[in-house]
Amino acid sequence: MDLAALKSLNADRRARRAAVLVTNLDDGSCRLIHEGDAAGGELVDALRQAFQTGKSGTVEADGKKLFLNVHLPSPRLVVIGAVHISQALAPMAKVAGFPVEVIDPRTAFATAERFPDVALDAEWPQDVLARRPLDSYTALAAVTHDPKIDDFALKAALDAGCFYIGALGSRKTHARRVERLLALGATAEQIGRIHAPIGIDIGAASPAEIAVAVLAQIIRAFRTRGEEAKGAAA
Amino acid sequence: MDNPTQIDESRDPLQIAEHWVDEGRDVALATVVETWGSAPRPVGSHLVIDAEGNFHGSVSGGCVEGAVVTEAMDVLESRKPRMLEFGVADETAWRVGLSCGGRIKVYVERLA
Repeated sequence: MDLAALKSLNADRRARRAAVLVTNLDDGSCRLIHEGDAAGGELVDALRQAFQTGKSGTVEADGKKLFLNVHLPSPRLVVIGAVHISQALAPMAKVAGFPVEVIDPRTAFATAERFPDVALDAEWPQDVLARRPLDSYTALAAVTHDPKIDDFALKAALDAGCFYIGALGSRKTHARRVERLLALGATAEQIGRIHAPIGIDIGAASPAEIAVAVLAQIIRAFRTRGEEAKGAAA
Repeated sequence: MDNPTQIDESRDPLQIAEHWVDEGRDVALATVVETWGSAPRPVGSHLVIDAEGNFHGSVSGGCVEGAVVTEAMDVLESRKPRMLEFGVADETAWRVGLSCGGRIKVYVERLA
């Protein structure tokens, strides 16, 4: 690897940008490729798969033996609302490999007692997201039911291109939310990315069951990134 | 706050490699490029080595790091990358092996 590539790669990793370092194992030369970069030849499919799965490996392409080292930011989940659903969702998501951060300005909800071992911010989403911005490797679930808390975070998630955005509430509630998000400047196409009602349809009734439905939806969204919700049932 | 989605710069081999280079050290990078069977570290794992034999990271569970460090010193001197292969089935080529029964290929190059 040359030093310029090393420095760029490290900068990408610090900034949570996906990158693949392609090393030619025959001559040692390397090339850093980002998601969306135009790549020609037989490498296109391998690169697409690399960004999708995050798996590194060697490939033969265009008569060369290449090593693709895939550096994806680790996915994470931001939950807006320290509510009953979140109490189940946070530990389950952590087990499934998504570090969780719960944000809720209501100090009666956001307590360490209710959320042991969870990164918890008893602050407004505006303040927390200014410090730790959302990105395309972050999932956002807004479950407070309170527009004053949820709406800003949902708009921020749309703008950041979060790989998953879900919002709790009935179809009726969501219809009013759509109006508010349009007023905030979101496009109809953006708003169409929001999963609402939240969670895949498993007939979930209890808060814990809703959490399962939400986590399943997050996993599907992560594993099908870039494939665009084909066959999405919810 | 503990934030596991951020890179731990004090333990991250690629960040350490960059710091070492900035300090003017001669640095080699070893990368697991292929694995077979139950290999302890996944493809893409790194070990960084300087000319004094200091190292960070891992390419196995500690089984072959010593041999990789030795090879890396040669790579730093010759400036030519090298492909190493380790495994229990491969006793003739290497004295060290992987007790887990897996096999790994490690690419060692000088950062230049």
